[in-house]
Amino acid sequence: MLSITHLQKRFGDRIAVDDVSFEVRAGETLGLLGPNGAGKTTTLSIMSGLARPDKGSVSFQGQAVHQDANHLKRCVGLVPQELALYDELSAWANLELFGGLYGLAGEQLAHRAEEALTLVGLENRRGDRVKGFSGGMKRRLNIAGALLHDPELILLDEPTVGVDPQSRNAIFENLEELKRRGKTLLYTTHYMEEAERLCDRIVIIDHGRVIANDTVRGLYRRLPASRAVSLEIDGASADESLLSGLAALPGISSVQHTAGGVRIETDDFGAPLAGALEHIAGRGLRVTSVQTGQMNLEDVFIALTGHALRDGPAAGQS
Amino acid sequence: MNNVAIRALIRNDLRIYMTDRRAMIIGVLVPILIAAFFGYVFGGNDRAEAGKIPVAIVDEDESAVSRAIAADFAKEPLVLVQMLNRAQAEQAVRAGKIQVAAVIPRNFGAGATRALFSERAGPQVELLIDPSQSMSGRVVEGLFAQHGMQEITKEAFSGASGRAALTDSIARLDRASPADVPERAELKNLLEALRNLNVRTGSEGGGSALGSQRGLRIPYVVATTAITSARSVPYNGYAHSFAGMTTQFILLAGIDAGIVLLLVRERGIWQRLRSAPLGKAQYLLARIISTALIGLFQFTLIYTAAIAIFKVHIGGSFIGFAALAVALCVLNAAFGLMLAAIGRSAAATRGIAILATLLLVMVGGAWVPSFVFPKWLQQVSLALPTRWAVDGLDAMTWRGLGLDAAVAPILVLGAAATVCIAIAIWRFRWEE
Repeated sequence: MLSITHLQKRFGDRIAVDDVSFEVRAGETLGLLGPNGAGKTTTLSIMSGLARPDKGSVSFQGQAVHQDANHLKRCVGLVPQELALYDELSAWANLELFGGLYGLAGEQLAHRAEEALTLVGLENRRGDRVKGFSGGMKRRLNIAGALLHDPELILLDEPTVGVDPQSRNAIFENLEELKRRGKTLLYTTHYMEEAERLCDRIVIIDHGRVIANDTVRGLYRRLPASRAVSLEIDGASADESLLSGLAALPGISSVQHTAGGVRIETDDFGAPLAGALEHIAGRGLRVTSVQTGQMNLEDVFIALTGHALRDGPAAGQS
Repeated sequence: MNNVAIRALIRNDLRIYMTDRRAMIIGVLVPILIAAFFGYVFGGNDRAEAGKIPVAIVDEDESAVSRAIAADFAKEPLVLVQMLNRAQAEQAVRAGKIQVAAVIPRNFGAGATRALFSERAGPQVELLIDPSQSMSGRVVEGLFAQHGMQEITKEAFSGASGRAALTDSIARLDRASPADVPERAELKNLLEALRNLNVRTGSEGGGSALGSQRGLRIPYVVATTAITSARSVPYNGYAHSFAGMTTQFILLAGIDAGIVLLLVRERGIWQRLRSAPLGKAQYLLARIISTALIGLFQFTLIYTAAIAIFKVHIGGSFIGFAALAVALCVLNAAFGLMLAAIGRSAAATRGIAILATLLLVMVGGAWVPSFVFPKWLQQVSLALPTRWAVDGLDAMTWRGLGLDAAVAPILVLGAAATVCIAIAIWRFRWEE
């Protein structure tokens, strides 16, 4: 449906997007995953016709976008990362403007605005000024603003930034409903759990370059193990012989030091875990806590780039 | 062209304008208040309202002549007279409480009457003036000439000092040699006739055909006719101040529109606008139309108040007036758009734009009429569209001129708007 080929975009000396190529297929939900500043928004801007690439091309339905950007714009709905709303106007007045920009008027506009408000659950707040809305409601209205012209492809630039978990769930439900209706979604985020929940395929981008483009299952296959065990060890030190001893045990893919112990990656919690506990006890050390969990996209990102997707503790552990 | 999108943008801008009721009221009320103030200061719509000149008379002579002159001044509608001594008068002028003080020196009455019939220099009347009010000095000088001449000749024809002065002049004529005064006989006859008249009118206490009891007056009357839109319509000082303030505030509204545009660029809404199938030309056109409509709305409300409350009269061509309003509002929209196109940020642009606008309106004659400017500044101001706007509105209101007088201002405003739009199209960054 929409493909980009060898895109490059510079801002002064900084390369924001560097030789990025991928395709968005009709009906799929594609995640564009990467840390802040990775080049996701710039890529999205070029894909939506807002910015021109320095190099490379964008084609939509087989036609180069630079030949007829308006054709692309008529078929694409953009949900910008920043709230694109007039706070001083009502939800309805905002939607009237956005629909009007796409040539909608009269009954058709009213019908579409009604539909969009219902989808995002704001039909009872249509006459209220946006300035009175919560952050989550504004985010949902921001999405509704991109749906009025019934676009085939919806580009969502971090649509859940700054919202509480409840509102995030509401937004996910809205997006899942759009998926059910057969819409194609391109979703940029730096929250891997969002990408994992929503996306059929994920393009991981870092420092302006694509480092992986695969289904969620395919990305996990790139990991040496599917599960992780974190062990807290009383009096543990950065003992290389402990790490090498654990790594040599059968069924253990890799071992890393953590703040209070070690993290073991494995496909099986049975024999490898028992062996690890026995090995630690044999060295006169005492395990005070055991945490097991599935590997997640954060692990995939770390495995691919060598650094974390975002600051803070790795998500996905249970 | 996506007309629906243009209409949607215009409707949205009007909605946003109407939503902020406080800003809307201020945008109309402030120019009305300032115009009312300037209009009142410059004479309002009633000539009687014009302020009187505060004048002091310092009567050091205390003769019949000096007292009569002071009494004449007190009856003058142009001045407000106080009797002070010299020290008080100097202090009052220095403090700005009195604009002019006329000091009538000792022996003024006798000296002036004698000087009337001889070659002797007359006494000197000193005018103490506030240098910032030099025009008032001229007015008092003129009034003094009128009342002084009247009272001195009255004294000469009927008063005792006049009689003494005539006797003295006849005696000096008798002493003069015929070679020095060849017309001595004729002069003596004239002075003796005047002395006889003085004696008779002085003893009878009545008037005469010569008006000896009231002195010589200016033998003609000056009638002043204000050339306004019609003989029945007096000059209205508010008409000019409303023309000036409306021009100023319409331009300031244009700045606001430009600033709003710059602010939109800094918000997410900008991406939403640009992601729609909308071109730069359509967007700019919508902005011009909406800003011009808002300007016209303001213009209409301001002039409605001017007409209803301050009796400003559109004495000229109404079509010319309306066309000028449209031209001014289009210029205001184009000006705002140009600012948005060349400005880097809202904060950086606002200050410079307001300064530029105030200079434009000040030099354009919006605050005080341009005819009070020095000649060179009047010439300079002709290069500014604001001057043409104010002059055009003056022409269509109190001057009462026809449509032809509006053509040049409309063309100048149109040309200025075209230049602003061209710069806006050239510099406006639509794609990034």
